Amino acid sequence: MTVAVEKPRKTGTEERPPAPARRVRTVNRSLVVAAILLVWLVLFAVLRGRQTLSLAAADLTDLHRWFNDVNDSIGANRNSNPLFLYFFNEIRLVIDTLVTFVQELISQPGAGRPVPQIGWLGVVGIAGYLSWAVGNWRVALLAVAGFTFLGLQGLWQESMDTLALTVSAVFVALLFAIPLGVWAGLSDRFHRIVTPFLDFMQTMPTFVYLAPLTLFFLIGPASATIATAIYAAPPAIRITAHAIRSVPETTVEAADSLGATRRQALLKVLLPMSRRTVVMGVNQTIMAALAMVTIAALIDAPGLGKTVVQALQSLDVGTAFNAGLAIVVMAIVLDRVTTAASARADTARGSGSPLLKWRRQLLAAGGVAALVLVYLSHTYVWAAEFPGEGATGSSIAKTAADVTTWAQDNLSGLTNAFRDALTNALLNPFQALLTDSPWWLVGAALVAVGAVLGGWRAGATTAVCVGLLVATGVWSDAMTTLASTAVATVLVMLLGVVLGVWMGRSALVDRLLRPSLDAAQVMPPFVYLVPFLALFGATRFTAIVAAVVYAAPVAIKIIADGVRAVPATTVEAATSTGCNTWQIITKVQLPMSRGALTLATNQGLIYVLSMVVVGGLVGAGALGYDVVAGFSQGQLYGKGLAAGLAIVLLGVMFDRITQAAARRTSA
Amino acid sequence: MARHWRAGAAGLAVLGLTLTACGGAKVGEDSAGGSGGKGKCGTFNLAINPWVGYEANAAVLAYVAEHDLGCKVEQKDLKEEIAWQGFGTGEVDAVVENWGHDDLKKKYITQQKTAVEAGPTGNKGLIGWYVPPWLAKAHPDILDWKNLNTYASKFKTSESGGKGQLLDGDPSYVTNDEALVKNLKLDFKVVYAGSETALIQAYRNAEKNKEWVIGYFYEPQWFMSEVPLKKVSLPAYKTGCDADAEKVACDYPVYKLDKIVSAKFAKSGSPAYDMVKKFHWTNDDQNTVATYIAVDKMAPEAAAKKWVEANRDKVDAWIK
Repeated sequence: MTVAVEKPRKTGTEERPPAPARRVRTVNRSLVVAAILLVWLVLFAVLRGRQTLSLAAADLTDLHRWFNDVNDSIGANRNSNPLFLYFFNEIRLVIDTLVTFVQELISQPGAGRPVPQIGWLGVVGIAGYLSWAVGNWRVALLAVAGFTFLGLQGLWQESMDTLALTVSAVFVALLFAIPLGVWAGLSDRFHRIVTPFLDFMQTMPTFVYLAPLTLFFLIGPASATIATAIYAAPPAIRITAHAIRSVPETTVEAADSLGATRRQALLKVLLPMSRRTVVMGVNQTIMAALAMVTIAALIDAPGLGKTVVQALQSLDVGTAFNAGLAIVVMAIVLDRVTTAASARADTARGSGSPLLKWRRQLLAAGGVAALVLVYLSHTYVWAAEFPGEGATGSSIAKTAADVTTWAQDNLSGLTNAFRDALTNALLNPFQALLTDSPWWLVGAALVAVGAVLGGWRAGATTAVCVGLLVATGVWSDAMTTLASTAVATVLVMLLGVVLGVWMGRSALVDRLLRPSLDAAQVMPPFVYLVPFLALFGATRFTAIVAAVVYAAPVAIKIIADGVRAVPATTVEAATSTGCNTWQIITKVQLPMSRGALTLATNQGLIYVLSMVVVGGLVGAGALGYDVVAGFSQGQLYGKGLAAGLAIVLLGVMFDRITQAAARRTSA
Repeated sequence: MARHWRAGAAGLAVLGLTLTACGGAKVGEDSAGGSGGKGKCGTFNLAINPWVGYEANAAVLAYVAEHDLGCKVEQKDLKEEIAWQGFGTGEVDAVVENWGHDDLKKKYITQQKTAVEAGPTGNKGLIGWYVPPWLAKAHPDILDWKNLNTYASKFKTSESGGKGQLLDGDPSYVTNDEALVKNLKLDFKVVYAGSETALIQAYRNAEKNKEWVIGYFYEPQWFMSEVPLKKVSLPAYKTGCDADAEKVACDYPVYKLDKIVSAKFAKSGSPAYDMVKKFHWTNDDQNTVATYIAVDKMAPEAAAKKWVEANRDKVDAWIK
């Protein structure tokens, strides 16, 4: 989800030739790209339909069969293999114990009690107290209100199950991520080695490794925790490494010259100075873990995800929305609290205000109050089980269902026309160009474009990716997916520029839009798939819309930040020379935030790619469907794995090209 | 100063809560009794595959196991493939609605010997091509595959590349539809909807807006009670006519849905195993419970209770 969060910031440091020379080269570059496309079109007209490497839905290649055999032999030998007996089983036991402990604390009955050890009042108390202690009283209030809302929705136990799993998964992820991140921050070589693995962990669809995970770690909390941790750890590793790297060199040198050992420099200088950014990494890890809630439900992980998945079996949009909203509320609370914590890590240090003297006593008093609440919730039924029947939840569900029905009844003519126009004018021709050209022609064009935009290294990476894509045996499906991905990214960027500029120019708009953007990012896509299906049918277009909903917020936020970062003096200067608003936007603000635009494209694409599998569930076919089918049918497992690898390859290819291009343009 | 006040207020609030709490009921006071331990059932791990019909079977079995046999039932939401995997690891005892899955039977029953069959559920599973009822009424001849080509152009969509669209889609089942279209020389293209949700929504829209839709579907299915889809007849199924997947030109067989249990569970002597083995009901029974769950939005347990209370005689036959 959050590939390359920290990467872009590196871009500013590159030294580039002086401006005039670069201007000429930019013009040349777009000309060359146009020429490549022209040659491609001409050859496409001649060679259409030849060597397209298409493969029917049920057909397999030798590679796919080999993947199947490996998977089968692991399953067959699981009970006799010492690796399982002494390694995987031990890991499973440790993690199971951890998760069960947290669950019995807050969500599941255990140890002879009909309710968990800590009831709702205690959890709300702890949440409020911790938020206040690490953040400020405003987020504490938010946490108390948010958690109480979960109870009012009638989803207290489900929410706590989700919280328990998220807390355990984040704990396991950070246990590995922070040390690895520090290492990657200190050693360039390790950083280079670990980056491709992180890309892999973030872009490989979870569906692909969900079934094998249950083979290694059995059905149960351990598998769900590990699946979540695999996906959630990379942001923390990347951001920690970035934090360590951005400590000013002079500071480290000063420590050196004072005779600090490496260990001292790390513990006394590097870690404290990067604390703020590391907390942001924790924030990203929590968000990524919450994004896995519905997926983990497919291997019996308890919680809100299960409610969503079950409601959708009977197309019950209202109930699914209610549970999705609970996930959003939890995500926003956790996000704001960790953000406040990271701000505090910055400001609290060294601020010698008189409040600091009182703070210790206040913290102690708050702690005692929280403990009293915990005791009450442990002892008394009214504080243990959330009172009421969740009437708020029922009315939310009913409203959501009514709104959906209204939209389906009144909008579907409009939406169908829009869908057909976009599909016929943009998607179909582009997809035909990609899937009906000979594979070597598409490959050559991709490599050439990569080399022109990103330099010879990006070209070489593209060549390797193209080669491996052919080897996966799902080339044709990959090209279909590529076409939809490209169209979705174009739409994401359109939305990103329009809303991003608007938000960047007005603080009020920013404050109004931001919560909806956050909600769109964390609301499980499963929830809005049903209304989208009703509006657009089971088509590639539905998949594109779902991807745009998920990916646009990131692009919008990045562009808004970029526009805001344009110095106010520059804008004022332009205004005083008589530019109108349109001119200021197109001639000053957008060109000056070119770096942000490229980054938004990069992130938009990666986010769109992470929705490929979801798209497969609503009619996108191609790689997404291959992955879903591989998860559902044993004999298609190998093909699903190959399709998953193809998604990773597409992601890596685009990431490297856009990043290299970003380095070139934003010099 | 503000913080002083806040601490004071919090303290007062806590005090107040503590005082009011003294009258409250304590945790664990009235929780005695509960499961009256009839029989030595222990834990019964029941897989829940993700479709409502399955859930209906499982809900009724879980209800009976809990209330009549005194078992502790662990329901686990799992896809078929993963549920079968669980037989070997001891995490799943029973799968109570299995659709064919000869590949899984070969792997887990014949080769790994971790699973055994536990007889039919009594439900008959139909797979095939279905059209919405308005279409079957307006054009009755569409229910014969021979006439499909006449209407092919009506089924065109943005996805079907100029041909008629045959909407396929639940990835959980093997489909022969691409081969069927080719071998029956139909002017259609198979489009993968990708999920049961997508298929149901497509049919729902089609019936409401009188749209032309033909697609892959199955019964027993709760959705049939909302929109009774009509099945298109394909060339009749004969044993072995689907042996070569490339050359299939006949309808899908009628599946005798059955139950699969882990080998360990079958030997355990648990009363739950006897119940699973004897469990037998009709498509109508399943549809009743599935409709309670999906249309009336009852909790599975409540739906099971309602059916069990109305059909005590059938239930008694399973637990004797």
